[in-house]
Amino acid sequence: MLKFKLKEVKSGPILHYPECLAAGWGMLSAAVTIGDARATRQPDPPPPRRRQCSLQACRVQFDEEFLETKEQLQKLQDGEHLLFQQVPMVEIDGMKLVQTRSILHYIAEKHQLFGKDLKERTLIDMYVEGTLDLLEMLIMHPFLKPEDQPKEVVHMAQKAIIRYFPVFEKVLRGHGQNFLVGNQLSLADVILLQTILALEEKIPNILSTFPFLQEYTVKLSNIPTIKRFLEPGSKKKPPPDDVYVRTVYNIFMS
Amino acid sequence: MAGKPVLHYFDGRGRMESTRWLLAAAGIEFEEKFVTCPEDLEKLRKDGVLMFQQVPMVEMDGMKLVQSRAILNYIANKYNLYGKDTKERLLIDMYTEGMADLNELISSLIITPPDQKESKMNLIRDRTKNRYLPAFEKVLKGHGQDYLVGNKLSKADILLTELLYMVEEFDASLLANFTLLQALKTRISNLPNVKKFLQPGSQRKPPMTEEKLEEARKVFKF
Repeated sequence: MLKFKLKEVKSGPILHYPECLAAGWGMLSAAVTIGDARATRQPDPPPPRRRQCSLQACRVQFDEEFLETKEQLQKLQDGEHLLFQQVPMVEIDGMKLVQTRSILHYIAEKHQLFGKDLKERTLIDMYVEGTLDLLEMLIMHPFLKPEDQPKEVVHMAQKAIIRYFPVFEKVLRGHGQNFLVGNQLSLADVILLQTILALEEKIPNILSTFPFLQEYTVKLSNIPTIKRFLEPGSKKKPPPDDVYVRTVYNIFMS
Repeated sequence: MAGKPVLHYFDGRGRMESTRWLLAAAGIEFEEKFVTCPEDLEKLRKDGVLMFQQVPMVEMDGMKLVQSRAILNYIANKYNLYGKDTKERLLIDMYTEGMADLNELISSLIITPPDQKESKMNLIRDRTKNRYLPAFEKVLKGHGQDYLVGNKLSKADILLTELLYMVEEFDASLLANFTLLQALKTRISNLPNVKKFLQPGSQRKPPMTEEKLEEARKVFKF
């Protein structure tokens, strides 16, 4: 399971992250096609797990360098590759990008996933930020005490159903389009799809009262690159398990 | 339509303070409507003006902006505080995200349980001195310019200045060896708009107190 792939790919971005953490992510699973024009573009920065969605969406080739040990993290830190001594880190376009949101924004901007003007961009920003609040709960969940985990699943479901999903259901019902903003795929769709799929792993019927979101999820999932990403054998990571949690503790907290 | 932005939040720093700094530094006058009791928050929710039922919320340019980062990004974009291209925007983003992490760490001290306060303070000291301040000092040293990105004032410089004041409030000795950061703090503080914001009577909020925290707890139910 633990594969350490070190690739010197000049053109493709390289993601540095623990595989297990990536496993825990799941979300970074939406691959979206942005149209033929983009399919032929230069590879883009690989999104740390989360961004695999956007990268895949742009049909960007990327490599991954998985962290498995504390020593590997130390090496990156000592080599001054990490601006704030942290991963995720994505090597791309001659730069070493850190900070999840910065990486997401960079990819989104480069691949027209950030709307056509400031108003659309701001709408996308607000939707993404709200969704990330929900996503954050999912990320933290495996690290809660086992006795607290079931309670937290209920809490996440409540937040999703009462606070977040109604907003997006209303947006979709309002304009009747296939994407949240500007009638084209954006970062907001990628992050929301990712979150929905990750939640469905824990609560299979979470969308039962949201017909527009259900249709939306199906439509997005059928976009060719996303579909490929959702199939076995892709770079999408499986749900987190005990090995994942232990490895993270070993790398970051020992 | 072209009225002043209206900030809806609790009368304290919290997640709105960075927005106050940015608007002030950009020379934009703004109004504030404070949420002082649970009923105030309920009313905003009932009026349907809070996208995710939360504050901060900023009414500006016909929109009801929510999510502190989205708000900051909108203001930065609008007032040319976000660099001139994608690469500069990226750098500004990376730096401000790091700043947000430290800001949140320091802000969390007041709600840390008493038996964990000491270790939290040590963590703050360590991160400030060994992770964040060195990173920003290095950026400034690298290009020798007056601003973090693109030789021009941006959101990054303003939020860094805010952060440095917070660090100073926490433990002034932490700034000791960071001469370039101190110089930047002074420089930004002397900009007319920022200078005004730093004076008593401005809309800048004081550090959180136990009393204010209790008030916040009642409003936000945490």
